[in-house]
Amino acid sequence: MTASITWADVEVGTVLPELTVQLRRVDLVKYAGASGDFNPIHWNESFAVAVGLPDIIAHGMLTMASAGRIVTDWAVDPGAVLEYGVRFTRPVVVPNDDDGATLQITAVVGEKRDDGTVRVDITAKCLDATVLGKAQAVVRLA
Amino acid sequence: MSINLALIGKVYPITSPYEVGREKIREFATAIGDFNPAFHDVAAAQALGYRDLIAPPTFAILVTFRAASIAMFDPELGVDYSRVVHGEQRFTYARPIIVGDRLAVVTTIENLRVAAGNDMVTTRAEVFAHDGELVVTAWSVTVARGPAGEQS
Repeated sequence: MTASITWADVEVGTVLPELTVQLRRVDLVKYAGASGDFNPIHWNESFAVAVGLPDIIAHGMLTMASAGRIVTDWAVDPGAVLEYGVRFTRPVVVPNDDDGATLQITAVVGEKRDDGTVRVDITAKCLDATVLGKAQAVVRLA
Repeated sequence: MSINLALIGKVYPITSPYEVGREKIREFATAIGDFNPAFHDVAAAQALGYRDLIAPPTFAILVTFRAASIAMFDPELGVDYSRVVHGEQRFTYARPIIVGDRLAVVTTIENLRVAAGNDMVTTRAEVFAHDGELVVTAWSVTVARGPAGEQS
């Protein structure tokens, strides 16, 4: 990771260092505990199937948190995120094996604003399919 | 069953404060696999100009999820909570959440609509510090899948 990204260094089209995130069943259990979201579709396979899902799926908020890391890892100050939003377009199915689901996170600067902020456009894929839509963060750079 | 569109604009009473603990921030950051020093190491957070650990951006969901659930469970609203999925989430931040914050939330039903047999509920949760400062605003779209609304 570069020591200091500044607003002046960045242009529209600047690509952020990409990120790979593994989500295993145990990660979903940890997230359930830490977040207080105990919806059984994230830990109970028979429940998930009974409500029409193919298998257990990751919490949307865990996918959102994982994808957002591409921005906070890159910005010098992770507290400088001013906006972050996503649409949950496709569930992240997490099989019961050692690898779980793999998220490939990429991002590019989509807009550079005169107020010292940039808009970062994020892509999150699982099995080559995008799982988030309109994933964008606005961050203030030094 | 269908949702009660008359509830657009309904504002729920402010929640009792949630006090942000240092170990809770570390636990949450660890659970999302995020080891950024600003979320774990007080000295690192202070080097960035904060008085204590700051929270990862999506930590705000801890307080807004609970507040939005009050709206989702409102019997007047008529949502089948057993069939809900998270459709959309957006946050705007006035500043990061920091250890010691006492956060209270005011939730408003911003929009309700029916699309392709699914009920869509948009809530806006405004998160205030104890001195009344607005810290975060969170918009959530929750989708209650209709019984006929089979989807891929």
